[in-house]
Amino acid sequence: MLKTAICSLLGLEYPVLQGGMAWVSEAKLAAAVSNGGGLGIISAMNADAAYLRQQIHLARSLTARPFGVNVMLLSPNVEEVAAVCAEEKVPVITTGAGNPARYMEQWNAAGSKVIPVVASVALAKLAARHGAAAVIAEGGESGGHIGELSTFCLVPQVKDAVSIPVIAAGGIADGRGLAAALMLGADGVQLGTAFLVAEECPIHQNYKNRVLKAGDTDTIVTGRRLGHPVRSLKNAFSRQYAQLEYSEISNAELDAQAVGRLRLAAVEGDEKQGCLLAGQCAGLVKEEAPAAAILQRICTDAETLLGNAGRWLG
Amino acid sequence: MLTLEKLIEFIAEQLDKDAAEINADTTLESLGIDSLGTVELVMNLEDVIGMEIELDEKLQTVGEFCAFVQKKQQEQA
Repeated sequence: MLKTAICSLLGLEYPVLQGGMAWVSEAKLAAAVSNGGGLGIISAMNADAAYLRQQIHLARSLTARPFGVNVMLLSPNVEEVAAVCAEEKVPVITTGAGNPARYMEQWNAAGSKVIPVVASVALAKLAARHGAAAVIAEGGESGGHIGELSTFCLVPQVKDAVSIPVIAAGGIADGRGLAAALMLGADGVQLGTAFLVAEECPIHQNYKNRVLKAGDTDTIVTGRRLGHPVRSLKNAFSRQYAQLEYSEISNAELDAQAVGRLRLAAVEGDEKQGCLLAGQCAGLVKEEAPAAAILQRICTDAETLLGNAGRWLG
Repeated sequence: MLTLEKLIEFIAEQLDKDAAEINADTTLESLGIDSLGTVELVMNLEDVIGMEIELDEKLQTVGEFCAFVQKKQQEQA
């Protein structure tokens, strides 16, 4: 049985978190992951306090196990969302797209375990300084907002810099990734793309099909020009957007091009003009399955690999 | 106590820029420093001045950055 510091810290059977993803990780998916033995996470995305409260209550009706909320720090509703997390005493809070320092006092006071997603050693140190229970070191292989370093290089450097547990994210979709992450010094992993094809994941079937069909070179990074690089599957929208970045178009016009595109993909199923956020590991994601089965397969395979690792030691 | 001159020298070194091109009104944005870059800069500065700095204010210019650090140094003295 795979047991790490993350399992005891968060009360999990498996050291696996399901990443908070806008328009993807609603209460139903999060609850399925938590019931399956991992940590399901609800994305607060850009929505308001009422939406988040409803999702938290729904999750609590579907699972008695711990779950988390991901707070998107660039959201216009971040203040009220942060307050709801504290009021509802959410067991675990992850944060993305920024520095969560200013909210950590209220969250820690509410008894929540705060686990910021960090893309650099400096942010990891800052998170530890402010009382983070752990950090998620996310490499640029991931889908959605990405950092500059690869998971392979980031995780060991973050591990060297902080004494709190480190969770690896970015590019992990199977037992090999989990085993490798542990070798790099992580105590657990966070997966996003792998859960897009979970049966309980509410996204449109067209989006899921694109992920299932994707190969290794099928993702593209856009948004570098505006300072917010994002990884998604190559399609008409992302290819065109990438070209526009090199054109004379203004920043405001470029920004406007991206509005509503994720919702278009996830809810409407527009695989040509929507933005299909996904990581480089989409090429490893080959079949739909219940979230619990995905968790079990990844952890069982990792255990087998780690158990056989002695074969390299002569 | 940090001086504007020392801070400019530090920033110039960090960014491979000419110190003569940086003054109190130079914005961090114009130097290519985004929010992550500011965190990195502050962390590195901490090693130089030997104390932790809590970045709890929005800083636009080099001059504001200097005044902010000086305030923190006085608070901790």
